Amino acid sequence: MEKLFRSSQRLLNQSSSSIFPHRSNPNFEHLKHISGSSYVYGDICNAYIKPYFECETRNLQAYHPLKDYVGMFRAKTCRIQYKHFGSTATTVQRDPSFSILSSDDIDYFVEILGEKNVFQDEDKLSTANMDWMRKYKGSSKLLLQPRCTEEVSQILKYCNSRRLAVVPQGGNTGLVGGSVPVFDEVIVNIGCMNNIISFDKVSGILVCEAGCILENLDSFLINQGFLMPLDLGAKGSCQIGGNVSTNAGGLRFVRYGSLHGNVLGIEAVLADGSVIDMLGTLRKDNTGYDLKHLFIGSEGSLGIVTKVSILTPLKLSSINLAFLACNDYLSCQKLLLEARRKLGEILSAFEFLDHESMGMVLTHLEGIRNPLPSSMYNFYVLIETTGSDESYDKEKLEAFLLRSMEGGLISDGVVAQDINQASSFWRIREGITEALMKAGAVYKYDLSLPVEKMYNLVEEMRLRLGLSAKVLGYGHLGDANLHLNVSTLQYDDSILAQIEPFVYEWTSKHRGSISAEHGLGLMKANEIYYTKSPETVRLMVSIKKLLDPNGILNPYKVLPHSPLP
Amino acid sequence: MKIMVAVKRVIDYAVKIRVKSDKTGVETTNVKMSMNPFCEIALEEALRIKESGFASEVIVVSMGPAQSVDTLRTGLAMGADRAIHVDAPATLYPLSVAKILKVLVDIEKPGLLILGKQAIDDDCNQTGQMVAGLLKWPQGTFASKVVLDKEKQVATVDREVDGGLETLCLDLPAVITTDLRLNQPRYATLPNIMKAKSKPIKKVTPQELNVEINSDLEIVHVTEPPKRKAGVILSSVDELVDKLKNEAHVI
Repeated sequence: MEKLFRSSQRLLNQSSSSIFPHRSNPNFEHLKHISGSSYVYGDICNAYIKPYFECETRNLQAYHPLKDYVGMFRAKTCRIQYKHFGSTATTVQRDPSFSILSSDDIDYFVEILGEKNVFQDEDKLSTANMDWMRKYKGSSKLLLQPRCTEEVSQILKYCNSRRLAVVPQGGNTGLVGGSVPVFDEVIVNIGCMNNIISFDKVSGILVCEAGCILENLDSFLINQGFLMPLDLGAKGSCQIGGNVSTNAGGLRFVRYGSLHGNVLGIEAVLADGSVIDMLGTLRKDNTGYDLKHLFIGSEGSLGIVTKVSILTPLKLSSINLAFLACNDYLSCQKLLLEARRKLGEILSAFEFLDHESMGMVLTHLEGIRNPLPSSMYNFYVLIETTGSDESYDKEKLEAFLLRSMEGGLISDGVVAQDINQASSFWRIREGITEALMKAGAVYKYDLSLPVEKMYNLVEEMRLRLGLSAKVLGYGHLGDANLHLNVSTLQYDDSILAQIEPFVYEWTSKHRGSISAEHGLGLMKANEIYYTKSPETVRLMVSIKKLLDPNGILNPYKVLPHSPLP
Repeated sequence: MKIMVAVKRVIDYAVKIRVKSDKTGVETTNVKMSMNPFCEIALEEALRIKESGFASEVIVVSMGPAQSVDTLRTGLAMGADRAIHVDAPATLYPLSVAKILKVLVDIEKPGLLILGKQAIDDDCNQTGQMVAGLLKWPQGTFASKVVLDKEKQVATVDREVDGGLETLCLDLPAVITTDLRLNQPRYATLPNIMKAKSKPIKKVTPQELNVEINSDLEIVHVTEPPKRKAGVILSSVDELVDKLKNEAHVI
């Protein structure tokens, strides 16, 4: 007994970084889906604690003579976990307060939705249970497809009363596991609510249901002479409700700004089924607290968005696109500054990709032609301008490009002469994500960092990983948003250990954001403290508790599993 | 040897066109215009021939109002040496174009005249053939492969015809019209765009060339094609026979 007491004392006197030499548990991803309470650490765990952690918690009770010490020990280890933002030893466990689906529940849903909109068959569920990256797989047994707000309200009211967890789902193109169930949550897919309610041709205000696919909205608007203020690679599948719920950014962010500015109104359904109608179409409305902003970006954890009213910009006729090559990152930054200065109001997109990304796209995608085949440059930049006068814009762009070339900022470049050429340039930038999926496993990070430091992270990551993985850096340089991707043949926990939490700590050190536009979802819920202070998160938790007391909407996501008190 | 390439400014291939409400034509205001895709292919072929040493100069020609100059600049940015802009009204029919081209060819005396097989706005597919007739030159239309022989002064052209591929041997000077699979046009690189600024664009008018443009054609009416009706799922063969007999009147 004496011996055990001393050993546990010795254990507790050790610093946590020596007990857990790798700050993040490399088995974290796998542990998420183990519902038992045993932790499997493998070799990284210090020999001291291995015996305590390899047994089921209930076995520890057997050491009843040491109960007090074990209790003390356990209390102290909990504190160790909190100090390091829950990056170690936190498996996601199914919240036992949620009910299990019963046949009565299914009968009720069939009653309110009709049999055609209630799905229990394997095929439909297996696609709905898995995310686009094929990284997260839930085990939901029920998929519901409501067709109107009233049905959504009835579903949520019932689920709230029965304490059934719910996952709102749109196009399921999210990249952080926020759109698929973690365990057996009921999936509420808004895809059938895809009507365009109204469009005002003078002001450009579009009112539509949340299940409308972004590309369809864009095609509708183009016929009217307008376009959607956001544009992403996933536009063929993503739905506007999901875009709004995740505050999606995209390629045109630098010109049209955030959805917080473009969305004029939202209709949402809260967890208890109450419908909050804030679907205004007014540009200015300073009456009370502007609650719609709570729903924009909360990733479905505060309410399900059912209708959106959005301000759409005019489709201007003259669009010019240049695909440029730069030798180093400093030139890219200077180019950005020059573009802002010289192109000013007509600049509509500024993207960059490094030579690894270009190589990845050329290797894995079909029908892609390298616009600058003469040599492989270190960086490629895409600059797009949108204006109302074709020849004026073209002259402005060409003058800017020629001067930049003379100044040595650009090594080479091409200007698209027609829409087909422009699409093929965009295909290169938008196709990187697809190419990465084809190349094997990918670890994706979406970070906001100061522009000067952005590429340093990519280079440091390359040094860290060496030959074991390919590190790609590309993104919205105009918004200081880096998409850092690590491509390997297979998911490998030792590589993950090299990446996390280094990448989060690096971002935190430079006061960046660990998730610029992808959101937190399941992947980064516990990492929120790298960017937000404990007080802020505490306030978020209380708002969540206010709007969703039973916590049924999208549980386990966005907010940390064990928030700091 | 000089090569002359005729290019046309048309509505961009990727634009969804709409018919004007008065049904006299297609909406062209505020719509993106660019070089006809087949003309791009023609120019690319001319540039490749020049780069392989068979030609010394590529001249690009376009006819139309002032905006046609934009298309010529694109041509120069791709690599043509000089351009000729014929200032003419926007609607020019193939015969007028052919007559103007004939006069230009008589002045410039190129060894090869390359055009796109047709323009994507009118789909006429007539200009190349007409100008070959006026010049009394051999023609190789719908070319999917062109091989030049300098000593024998012939061009071997593979043509895409309905039955497959036909190979013709043409004595130079000749007219070639290009089809889709001939090549993939190059992009206009910045250094070339820079150089294009100093290349000459000569402006002429049909009057100076002594060509009379009279429109022998008149567009009466432009409508959209009828919308495809949705298919109908039938439940039995009897119903099918009934529909074929009584509704479609085919049996």
